[in-house]
Amino acid sequence: MNERSGTAASLLSFFEELRSEGVAVGTSEILDCFEALDEVVWTDPRDFREAVAATVAKSQEDRRIFELLFDRHFFRAAEAEALEQGISEQRFDGGNRLDLDQLREAVRQAITAGNDGEMRDLARLAISAFGRRGERSGVIGVDVQRIRRNLGLQGGRGDGAGGADLDRAAVREFEQHLRRELERATIERTGKLPPSRPLAELDRALPTSPAQDLATVHRAVAQLKRRIATLGHEVRGRQRSPVVDIRRTMRASLETGGVPLRLKHRPRRPRRPEIYVLCDVSTSVSSASVFFLSVLHALHDSFRKLRSFVFIERISEVTDVFEHERDFRKIAERISSEGGVADVSGYTDYGRVWLEFGDEIAEDLGPRSTVIVLGDARTNGREPHAAEFGRIAEHAGRTFWLNPEPKLYWNYGDSVMSAYEPYCDGAFECWTTKHLENFVNVIASGARGASAN
Amino acid sequence: MPESPSSVTEVRDGLGEVGYLADESAALVSFLAQRLGKPILVEGPAGVGKTELAKALSRSTGRDLIRLQCYEGLDEAKALYEWNYRKQLLRIQAETADEAEAGWAGARGDIFSEEFLLTRPLLEAISSPEPVVLLIDEIDKTDQEFEAMLLEVLSDFQISIPELGRIEAKTHPLVLLTSNNSRELTEALKRRCLYLWLDYPEIERELQIVRLHTPELDETLARRLVEIVQMVRQLDLKKPPSIAESIDWARTLLLIGAEDIDRKTFEDSMSIIVKHRSDIDLVSERVTVKLSAGSEEGVTGLPGAGA
Repeated sequence: MNERSGTAASLLSFFEELRSEGVAVGTSEILDCFEALDEVVWTDPRDFREAVAATVAKSQEDRRIFELLFDRHFFRAAEAEALEQGISEQRFDGGNRLDLDQLREAVRQAITAGNDGEMRDLARLAISAFGRRGERSGVIGVDVQRIRRNLGLQGGRGDGAGGADLDRAAVREFEQHLRRELERATIERTGKLPPSRPLAELDRALPTSPAQDLATVHRAVAQLKRRIATLGHEVRGRQRSPVVDIRRTMRASLETGGVPLRLKHRPRRPRRPEIYVLCDVSTSVSSASVFFLSVLHALHDSFRKLRSFVFIERISEVTDVFEHERDFRKIAERISSEGGVADVSGYTDYGRVWLEFGDEIAEDLGPRSTVIVLGDARTNGREPHAAEFGRIAEHAGRTFWLNPEPKLYWNYGDSVMSAYEPYCDGAFECWTTKHLENFVNVIASGARGASAN
Repeated sequence: MPESPSSVTEVRDGLGEVGYLADESAALVSFLAQRLGKPILVEGPAGVGKTELAKALSRSTGRDLIRLQCYEGLDEAKALYEWNYRKQLLRIQAETADEAEAGWAGARGDIFSEEFLLTRPLLEAISSPEPVVLLIDEIDKTDQEFEAMLLEVLSDFQISIPELGRIEAKTHPLVLLTSNNSRELTEALKRRCLYLWLDYPEIERELQIVRLHTPELDETLARRLVEIVQMVRQLDLKKPPSIAESIDWARTLLLIGAEDIDRKTFEDSMSIIVKHRSDIDLVSERVTVKLSAGSEEGVTGLPGAGA
């Protein structure tokens, strides 16, 4: 155990880092991990990594964070060790004699072959070659892109139909090598490690362009569906229902000698939720409404009884659009062209929206319906008609508000969130997938917020 | 534990022999699971071979496969054990009046013996004299309570039956749980498992898989097929084609004797990989166009096909 203490310590600090990024690494996981490491060959970095990942990262999200941190952490650990022991790698000096075209060709070959060691060597060659030409900017990210462009590397963009293009993943791997070698050079030059930084919130913020990562939203929404469907299940589960469960009754009758004295009832099945989603699509939430629309889009695949509405100054039902269109971009286009939600000014008028919704739709609402409002509650100084919203909330079984602004900004300026909040069963900030999941969690745990009625 | 594998390569080769091409992580995790005796939690989109992995493991290790298909409302009576009340009833009624008085004490002990126990998959896996592979399929479809019930089975490999006491595993089953990730599983369950994320395979591996299952199919045609399937997966579909479906498609092409996937062949056989009305529209809009272009470029492309 002793000679491994270096690795063990390093692993432990890696787990510490994982924890600080929100991955729940328990003691039992750590024990499992060490047990698993006893079983694999340590010389294969891939096995090592997979073994650690399989025991520690227990969801895809965790796995993503794991991947982001793993390289960084062990690269830093190795460099720290090297610094301490005064080891530095010899810089390669043959770069100027190497023909650029030759290098290009060699890199291409290495990438196609996917040879890890070769790619690394070539990355260093490329760096020294370009360093000599005085093109180094000093900013690692910029340098990587410059070198990549100089080498003429282009990730295959045509979904595999592009022909001679290189595999995009492989190019990215090469970029990763470049980045690491550049970092290593910097560390060796300055003789100290750059400060470690937590993962930027950016790394896990919501997808801003829907085409980019609709899948993430879809996943979160798939969970939402499940949670809503089983909401309060545990409370209702054993309540009596009129249907007698013959099997359980018979089994219970054994206790009384085969005479069914006690009737067992079938547990009540959870109700099918009816969901009304109201989505603000005005300019003040333009970045968020893209996300909201993707949520709507995803919800439509999941629920059958879902009616969706978009609003700015007026409200308009878009259930049909979602039912008939699959392509997200087309949906966005159709909503903006024929939604008829902007009247004159194009500014949101929540009050008017409630009045319209109350007039036309509210009578359809019942105790089984859930109303979810997606919007920033910025009324542009118009009358909020909070009482009308209250009436809607009263009709509906549950009302939730998702606000794309951080809680800090609520009630500043023209935001009238506080007027609406009392009527909701819960109001949540929602600008990352994490928030969306949090929302799912909260409604699943049955917490009914500070409800006014 | 008899013959547990000694290396990752051994596991991978074993799986390969029974027709399952495992990737690095799948082989490693299966190896670890057998060495450490821990359950595997396999997650991934539908149709990437999660269930197939369990079947392949059972074939390669020569163990029986016991499968528990989960669904909403699954309870312990259907998963663990149940008292065979009909038989118990008969046992009580078979007792004639003269021995009833004396026999009561005996009968009481009797009707709660193993003879009257109906084993359900979990108990069956635990009590099997031979080691088995236990597949708990689509665990995310069940309720949280069911997960909690599984914990005892998964961590200690034992089941407590109030009337009988504890039944401990005679052999160590290899447990796989699959999930489509439709809900977050509880931390307690995850903690006891090794985690494996299976994703759609890259092009080369999928090609290998398709070739393995339809060796008669022409290599270039198989490659083209896999390329198209991968292209289709890039689209935002309700249900992207699974590996099983690419294999089905390969078999179909073999059956109809296609020599190239041109526009017409694709349109005719598309329904094998795409199964939603709206998906079909999307695919024919995006992919079919590329196809006709592709067959014009291609040397073997039939000029008359793209009408």
